[in-house]
Amino acid sequence: MSTAPVEVEQPSTSQEARLDSPWITIVWNDPINLMSYVTFVFQKVFGYPKAKAHKLMLDVHQKGRAVVSAGAREAMERDAAALHGYGLWATVSHDS
Amino acid sequence: MTGNGPEDFPAAGDDDRSPFGDGDDGRAQPGGEGAGLGGEAAGLGGEGAGFGEQDPGEDFETGDYDDIESEPGDYDTEIAATFRPVPGGAACFFEPAQAGVIRSLVSQVAELIRSDRAPAAGEQASSGGADELEMLLGLSANDELPEDPVLARLLPDAYRDDPGASAEFRRYTEESLRSGKLSSAQAVLAALPADGGEVVLSEPECQQWLRALNDVRLALGTRLGITDENEDFGADLSINDPRSVHIWVYQWLAYLQDSLIDSLS
Repeated sequence: MSTAPVEVEQPSTSQEARLDSPWITIVWNDPINLMSYVTFVFQKVFGYPKAKAHKLMLDVHQKGRAVVSAGAREAMERDAAALHGYGLWATVSHDS
Repeated sequence: MTGNGPEDFPAAGDDDRSPFGDGDDGRAQPGGEGAGLGGEAAGLGGEGAGFGEQDPGEDFETGDYDDIESEPGDYDTEIAATFRPVPGGAACFFEPAQAGVIRSLVSQVAELIRSDRAPAAGEQASSGGADELEMLLGLSANDELPEDPVLARLLPDAYRDDPGASAEFRRYTEESLRSGKLSSAQAVLAALPADGGEVVLSEPECQQWLRALNDVRLALGTRLGITDENEDFGADLSINDPRSVHIWVYQWLAYLQDSLIDSLS
């Protein structure tokens, strides 16, 4: 699987970004984290049912990334920090 | 991501690359002087230190992992260690060499995380005022992605194309991220005897072990250069390649981690 995440165009996080669009947390695929572990982490961090966590994991694995949560910027930063605590590769961006 | 599971994993006795088996063939054992992880006698610390040469710090009891070098052939490990569910958590029996490898790697990751730690209050701790407040808030003076690739993976940026936002995020979160990883490492070292044996973990301890084992796998995988394009490159390595023993450990840890996840579900 080739994902080349560095080439993916990113939404702007500038102050001019529209205020009515939410912030999002993105998890990026990586070759080291186990699929079972990523599913487990999504259940733990977000309280998602296993089926939803598994589908999100597959999205990350197959598409190279997935939006795992959306909302206020502070909440997304908390999510990213929690995911970093588990060793997942997460970033925050503005969903423009 | 990778899908290593128990069904993918060879029994150690069937695999020439097993680091736990016969030590008479001259190959490097994990813990041996030649078994550093950077390809050039570098340990996970990246500064030329091999296993057993590091001082993990006074908070970590690590003294015995040289033993895995001195008695490598005392037993044959037929099956790699595996967690099983028990009421309230999970349990696993570790051979001495297995315990030694895990303790060594967890200690190395912990030492790396401590190595360039920079609590914001560390510079002017006694001057009071804003610095004291920063200390209370757990702020970090670090605001850039670490240069070391392993640290960069363990403490990643939170914004891909916004260095200013990444720096701010790091200032407010990196110290607690480091503390959490050190706490998980400490939990493994506290529960796993240096000479192995039966380890019974509570559910919260299982959570810490999962994080610590994952950090070790991230560190090993990054040092080994595992990428999306070569996830399985270990399969093509000659058994004489010094990396092969680390690949074996990396795969074994995936198997161990997977068995712990299974035990919790």
